[in-house]
Amino acid sequence: MRAPTSGPEVAAGDVLLAVENVSLSFGGVKAISDVSLDIRRGEIRAIIGPNGAGKTSMLNVINGFYTPQRGRITFKGQTRSKMRPHDAAEGGIARTFQNVALFRGMTALDNIMTGRTLKMHRGFVWQLLRYGPAMAEEVEHRQKVEEIIDFLKIQDIRRIPVGRLAYGLQKRVELGRALAMEPDLLLLDEPMAGMNLEEKEDMSRYILDVNDHFGTTIALIEHDMGVVMDLSDRVVVLDHGIKIADGTPAEVKNDRAVIDAYLGVAH
Amino acid sequence: MDLLYKIFIDPFIQMGAAPDLLVQTLWEGLVAGVLYSLIALGFVLIFKASGVFNFAQGIMVVFAALTLVGLHEHGVPAYVALALTIAVMFVLAFAVERVMLRPLVNQPDIILFMATFGLTYFLIGFGELIFGGEIKVMISDQLGLPKGAFDIKFAGGFVSLQKIDIAAAVIASLMVAALAIFFQKTRIGRALRAVADSHRAALSVGISLEQIWVIVWFAAGLVALTTGIMWGARSGVSFALSIIALKALPVLILGGFTSIPGAIVGGLIIGIGEKIGEFYWGPLVGSGVESWLAYVIALIFLLFRPQGLFGEKLIERI
Amino acid sequence: MLYRETGQYKTSYAADMAVFPIVQDRVGIAVILFIAAVIIPYFGGSFLIEAVMIPFMIFALAAIGLNLLTGYTGLLSLGTGAFMGVGAYACYKLTTYFPGVNIIIWIFVSGFFAAAVGAVFGLPSLRIKGFYLAVATLAAQFFLSWLFLRQPWFYNYNTSGAIEAPTRTLFGVAVTGATSTGVTRYYVVLGFVVVMTWLASNLVHGRIGRSWMAVRDMDLAAELIGIRLLPTKLLAFAVSSFYCGVAGALMVFIWYGSAEPLVFDVDLSFFILFMIIIGGLGSLVGCFFGAALIFILPIALRYIPPHFGLPIQPATVDHLQYMIIGALIIVFLIIEPAGLARLWQIGKQKLRVWPFPY
Repeated sequence: MRAPTSGPEVAAGDVLLAVENVSLSFGGVKAISDVSLDIRRGEIRAIIGPNGAGKTSMLNVINGFYTPQRGRITFKGQTRSKMRPHDAAEGGIARTFQNVALFRGMTALDNIMTGRTLKMHRGFVWQLLRYGPAMAEEVEHRQKVEEIIDFLKIQDIRRIPVGRLAYGLQKRVELGRALAMEPDLLLLDEPMAGMNLEEKEDMSRYILDVNDHFGTTIALIEHDMGVVMDLSDRVVVLDHGIKIADGTPAEVKNDRAVIDAYLGVAH
Repeated sequence: MDLLYKIFIDPFIQMGAAPDLLVQTLWEGLVAGVLYSLIALGFVLIFKASGVFNFAQGIMVVFAALTLVGLHEHGVPAYVALALTIAVMFVLAFAVERVMLRPLVNQPDIILFMATFGLTYFLIGFGELIFGGEIKVMISDQLGLPKGAFDIKFAGGFVSLQKIDIAAAVIASLMVAALAIFFQKTRIGRALRAVADSHRAALSVGISLEQIWVIVWFAAGLVALTTGIMWGARSGVSFALSIIALKALPVLILGGFTSIPGAIVGGLIIGIGEKIGEFYWGPLVGSGVESWLAYVIALIFLLFRPQGLFGEKLIERI
Repeated sequence: MLYRETGQYKTSYAADMAVFPIVQDRVGIAVILFIAAVIIPYFGGSFLIEAVMIPFMIFALAAIGLNLLTGYTGLLSLGTGAFMGVGAYACYKLTTYFPGVNIIIWIFVSGFFAAAVGAVFGLPSLRIKGFYLAVATLAAQFFLSWLFLRQPWFYNYNTSGAIEAPTRTLFGVAVTGATSTGVTRYYVVLGFVVVMTWLASNLVHGRIGRSWMAVRDMDLAAELIGIRLLPTKLLAFAVSSFYCGVAGALMVFIWYGSAEPLVFDVDLSFFILFMIIIGGLGSLVGCFFGAALIFILPIALRYIPPHFGLPIQPATVDHLQYMIIGALIIVFLIIEPAGLARLWQIGKQKLRVWPFPY
C-alpha cells in the first residue's frame, strides 16, 4: 500500500524531517523558542510536555499552518522556509487533530475518500460524465479505502454521517482519512484523548500496526506516559516552548529536568 | 490620454471651480452617511449582544415609521402615537425573541442570519398588508421637528443646509453617546457584552439570555424608530427604504460589525464617498453609480483589511 | 413492504456507489421522467405547461446553481439574479450578432459567459468568508444590474430598455418568439433541465462534490488533505454561475419572451435563496421541492380562495406570499434546517419499514 509521494526517497533510519532553530510567536506570546528536533524514517517519535508547551504549535509548523518567524524545516532533503498546508499534503505529511477535524456533513466513507483526493486525477469533464474513466478511478480508490476500513474495523459505520458517531469512532475515522493519503509522515495530535483503557489499547495497536505494516513514520503528541513509553522509539520533551530533553523513553523518563517540569516523582 | 484626464484631473478641477457645490455635495454625503450610520448602529447593537446579524433592521426602520404615521392617520395625537409605536417595537422585540431566537439558540450564526431574511420578508408582507404600499408623509410638524433650511453664502455661491438634517445629525450623536455610555458603564451593558462573547458562558454566570435579547432588540427597535422618523421626514415613508438599508452592510464592513464608533465613521465614509463619486465621476460612466459604489468600496476594503477599520482581527485556533 | 431493499445485493463497488442504488428509486425516476416527457405535454393544458411547469423548471435550474455554491460549498451568494442576467444578456447579444447560429447553442454558450463573470466575482472568496462574502456578491448583484440598466449597448440601444427574444427555430420549428408553441418551449426547457441536473448529480457524487463539501465543512482540514482552496471555490462559482446563466437565458428566451433589467434584481437573488433554504441546502432534489413550493404558492393563493368563495385581491396575494414565505423560512430553520429534502428522506425511511413502525 505504499505509493511513492513527491520528493526524493529517504532510507529507513535516515532523517526524514528536521526542524532547525524554529521560533514561533503570536503577537507577544512566544509559543516556540529556538527548538530543533529531527524525526527519522520509520520511527515513532513522541512529543510530550505540560499544557501550553508548544506541542500543537510544533505540529502546526510542520504542517504548514503556521510559519515560524525564525528557523527552517527540512523534509525529505528539501528545505523550506514557508510551506502551505496543501504543499505539506502533497509532500506526504498527514495529520489528525485534538478536536476531531472531520467533515461533519459527510459519511465516514466519504470522509476517508476525501483523503484520496490528491491521488485522483480524472479531470472536470470526466467528472461531469461520471460513467467511464471517472467511475473506474472512484472504484479503484474505493478499494484502497475499503482496505483501510477493514484495517480499522469500521465497516459498520461507513454510511453514517460522522457527526452522529461516538467520539472514539470519530477519532478512528480521522485516522483512516489520514492513512488514505498514504503519508510518509503521520502527525497525531493526542490520538488517545478522551478514550477509556480499552479504546486506548485499540488505538495503540492501530498506531503500531501502521508503523509496522506500512512503514509510516509517526510523530505523536500524547499525555498518557504509559502509551508514550510503550509506543515510541524516541521522545522529545517541550516546556514553555523550549526543548528540555530528547532521547529514548528510558533516558527521558529519568531526566532531572523532565521530572521537575512534567513527570513528578512518586511520593 | 484624454480618458486619463477625464478620470484623474477634470473632476478635481470641477471641485475647485465651484467650491460651494463641493461643500453642498459633501454635506449631502454627510447627511446620507448619518442615516446609514443609524441603520448600521441597529445592526451593531444586535450583533454585539447576540451574534445575530439582523438583516431585518432595514424593514424595522420602515415598519416603525409606518406604525407611527399609520396611528396618526387614524386620529391618534402625535406624541401619543410616538409612545404607542415605542410600545409596538417592544412587542415586536418580545415576539422575535420568543418565536425566532429562542428556538434557534446554539444554531450556527449562518442559520440565524437566514432566519432574519425570513423575518424581513414577513415584515414586508405584513407591513404592506396593514398599512398599504403607497408613500406616506412623516408627521414632522406634529412631532416638533424643524423645517426649512439655512442658506449660507459661500465662495461666490451658497450652500443650503436643511434644518431637519442638522437635527438628524444632532439626534444621532446624542443617541450614539447614550448607547456608548450604556454599554460601557451600566450593568446591563456589561451583560450584553458578555452575551456577545459567549451564550453558554453568559448563561453559566446567571445572565438571562431571553431578557437580554428582548432588551437589545428593543433598543435596536428604538434606533430603527429614530432612523425612520428622520429618514421619513426627509424623503417620505416607503418600502424603498428597506433596500436602501442594505447599504448598511458596506458601512459595517468598513466600520467592523461590533464597533459603535466604527458604524459612525463607516457611515460617513460611505455616505460622502457615494455622493462625491456620483456627482463628480458618475457622469463619465452614466449616472446611477450610487447603487453599487458603496458595495465596491466595501469589497476593495475587504480584500485588504477583512476585519474592517475598527473590527477585531480574527485569529483561528486549530 | 414496497420500498424494501432485501434481496438487492451489490456485488461491485460501482453498484454500491450508484446514484440510485435501490431498484424502486430507479423505477421512480423513470416514472417521473415519463410523466414529464409524455403525460404533461399531451394532457396538460397550456396554463399548466406555460405558467407552471416551464417557470418551475427554470427556477429549479437556478436553484441547483445556487445550491452548488451555497449548499455544497458553503459560499453564501446574494448575486444569483445578476448571474442569471449575465446569461440572459449574453444570449441576447450573441443572437443579435450571430442570428444564424442555433439558439440552443447560444443558450448553452451564454452559460460560459456567466461562469466567467461568476469566477471573477468569486476571486475575493479566498480572503473573505461567510457574511462578508455575501456582501461581496451584493457588489456583483448591484453592479451588474446597473450595467444592464444604464449601459445601452446591452439592450441594443432601444428606447424601452427592455430586451425581447426574437423568433428562432430548431429543426424548422419555432422555439422562441411569438410563433413558438408552449409545448415546443416546454421540451427545450425539459431537455436542458434533465441534462444539466444529471451533470450536476455526477459532479456532486464524485471527487469534486466531496472537495466542495470538505471546503464547506472545514476548509482548514480540507487544505490539509491537499485540496487547494482557491481553485475549488472558483470552480464552484463558475459552475454555479453557469447554471444560473443558462436559467436566465431560458427565462428570457423561452418563458417570458422579453425582460426588463429589473427582473434580475436582488429580489430574485433572495427568491432563489429561499428556494434552496426551504428545499434543502446541499440537496439536488431539494432544489425541485423548494422551487415547487415557492413558485406554486402564489398561484395557489391566487386561485384557491375564490374556489371557496373568498375573494382575494391580487395585491393581497403578494403581501400574503411574502408573509408566508418569510414565516416558512423561520419555521423550516427551526424545525428542519435541512429542508424539505430531509423531510423527504425521513419519509422514505418510514416507507422502508412500512407497515411496521420501526
